[in-house]
Amino acid sequence: MSKIIEAKNINKHFYKPVDFHVLKDINFTIDQGEFVSIMGKSGCGKSTLLYILSTMDTDYEGELFLNDQLITGRSQNELAQIRNENIGFVFQFHYLLSEFSVLQNVMLPGLKRNIKSREEVEHDAYEKLRLLGIESEAKKRASRLSGGQKQRVAIARALINDPAIIMGDEPTGNLDSKNSENVYNIFNDLCQEKGLSLLIVTHDEEFAARTHRTIHMEDGRIIST
Amino acid sequence: MKYSIIFSIARTHLLTRKRQTIVAALGVTFGIASYVIMMGFMTGLNGLLDGMILNRTPHIHIYNELAPSKSQPIEKVSKYNEHKKIVRSVRPKRKQTRVRNANALMRELAALKEVKAVTPMVRAQGFYLAGSTQLSASLIGVDVLMESENYQLSDYIVGGKAENLATIDNGILLGIGAAKKMSVSSGDKIQVISPTGTIFQLKVVGFFQSGLADIDNIQSYVSLKTAQRIMGQSVNYITDINVKLKDMNLAPELSKDIEDNYEVNAVDIQTANAQFDTGSSIRTLISYAVSITLLIVAGFGIYNILNMLIYEKMNDIAILKATGFSGRDVERIFLSQAMIIGLLGGILGVIVGYFISLLISRTPFETEALPTIKTYPVNFEPMYYVIAIIFALVSTFFAGYLPSRRAKRIDPVDIIRGQ
Repeated sequence: MSKIIEAKNINKHFYKPVDFHVLKDINFTIDQGEFVSIMGKSGCGKSTLLYILSTMDTDYEGELFLNDQLITGRSQNELAQIRNENIGFVFQFHYLLSEFSVLQNVMLPGLKRNIKSREEVEHDAYEKLRLLGIESEAKKRASRLSGGQKQRVAIARALINDPAIIMGDEPTGNLDSKNSENVYNIFNDLCQEKGLSLLIVTHDEEFAARTHRTIHMEDGRIIST
Repeated sequence: MKYSIIFSIARTHLLTRKRQTIVAALGVTFGIASYVIMMGFMTGLNGLLDGMILNRTPHIHIYNELAPSKSQPIEKVSKYNEHKKIVRSVRPKRKQTRVRNANALMRELAALKEVKAVTPMVRAQGFYLAGSTQLSASLIGVDVLMESENYQLSDYIVGGKAENLATIDNGILLGIGAAKKMSVSSGDKIQVISPTGTIFQLKVVGFFQSGLADIDNIQSYVSLKTAQRIMGQSVNYITDINVKLKDMNLAPELSKDIEDNYEVNAVDIQTANAQFDTGSSIRTLISYAVSITLLIVAGFGIYNILNMLIYEKMNDIAILKATGFSGRDVERIFLSQAMIIGLLGGILGVIVGYFISLLISRTPFETEALPTIKTYPVNFEPMYYVIAIIFALVSTFFAGYLPSRRAKRIDPVDIIRGQ
């Protein structure tokens, strides 16, 4: 199995208001097709780790590999392109562009990638929406959707460029149990059927228990993988 | 493709905030329209005022001035060198008023590359005979076609045609004041008596009005030949030579050369009309100052609106960055919003400015000084419209630059974690 993500000796400090060693010697890998969850108490550094893995946070020590390529030290523009092509995000708050239609929201990263025509991207976007069962909402403004629907649109958006991995920061944290179940099922299907890797930060033990592997964190260290 | 998506995001942002967009664009419109109107009106007015004097004035005026000799005979006697000499009642030397060897001088001047046109002039004094009374007359003999071409003589003709002077022998373009005093109309004959007492009969071919009553009461135009005949002189008799240059600014230098090389007096236009240049440049300066002030105010409006927009759009910016839009893309999204506002406001401003200028140019404006002007002068120079659009884009670019750069630097992690 090829490694999707590999973290080597990652350390991070917060310097404000005082020096705080938030991540300590983080080492782990995620293989292709793995469904991994990260658990830990609030403030243990799990979200901070996720943002480093997501390439958005570049202020750390250590090395990060994505598809066996060194990511650490690349320019912001390169990192933006890497995110665009390889990483899909799902956040706790759905973070859709509220003035755009559902379809446009899903299409934006695809259009930004700029390797397919607008028609093809639109076709793909419909396909992803169908996969998530919300194609009927495609033309609606994103702000008119319910929370569960929004999260599904966010997942569709994360899938549009067929990324290597999906990262989620408590994607079910803001949803009721029925919708949480839905999101879990979607993730599970994606993993089973499409062979997608998933890395999900969660507080939900039930959710974590059903993933392939759970990484437990405490005080900036990984205590079990 | 990549730009089209940036543009479509910018457009969506603008369209979902129609009122803010319109207010921002109207700020630009206001600034640009006033620039176009002010420049059109000011330069139109400048052109009119300059035209009243500058177009009518030769760049270099060559003539022979009667003046007392600069050195008196006693200066040449060396034994009085040590003494203080007082010569009383110095009189001008008797000399001819004509320019010596004028035709040769004109040919030489015309051959210079800086010179656009050289026109001869003959000044003749006399009296109009109106029944039993005599009105003093100053007749100016000109080549009327050259005069019309170079000094806009035809702009001051209020009856008849200037060109008639060239075709009708013994024609006269009578000053409107003198014409009224003598109650003559076009085609009538009048009599002029020369300083030597000879009476000439001249045919009125038209009237001219300079706007200055003193001139209109006395001055008239005749052909060169008629003026020479009244003065009883041959065709070589030329009292003044007027030179028009391609570049007016060369006049002081060239007039000095002419004075040095030929025994004549030469006055350049800058010396003769120094005050006009100052007037026009100050008016232009004021127009620019006012327009730029308005644009700066509009710019602050755009700056404010974009800043607010970016503050509202923090989440969107974070999301765009998380999904692979680079800082530069985000910067471009907001900058292009500023530029769209600038372009729309600018185009609208130019259109509004044009129509208001049109309105001003149709407003009646009667002036004695310029009989052919009936409405306010407005300059519709396309250059000002081009500059206006460039102004709009440049000012909105600067107004949008700082907020856009702020958007570029927003760290998505801060925003997402902050929730």
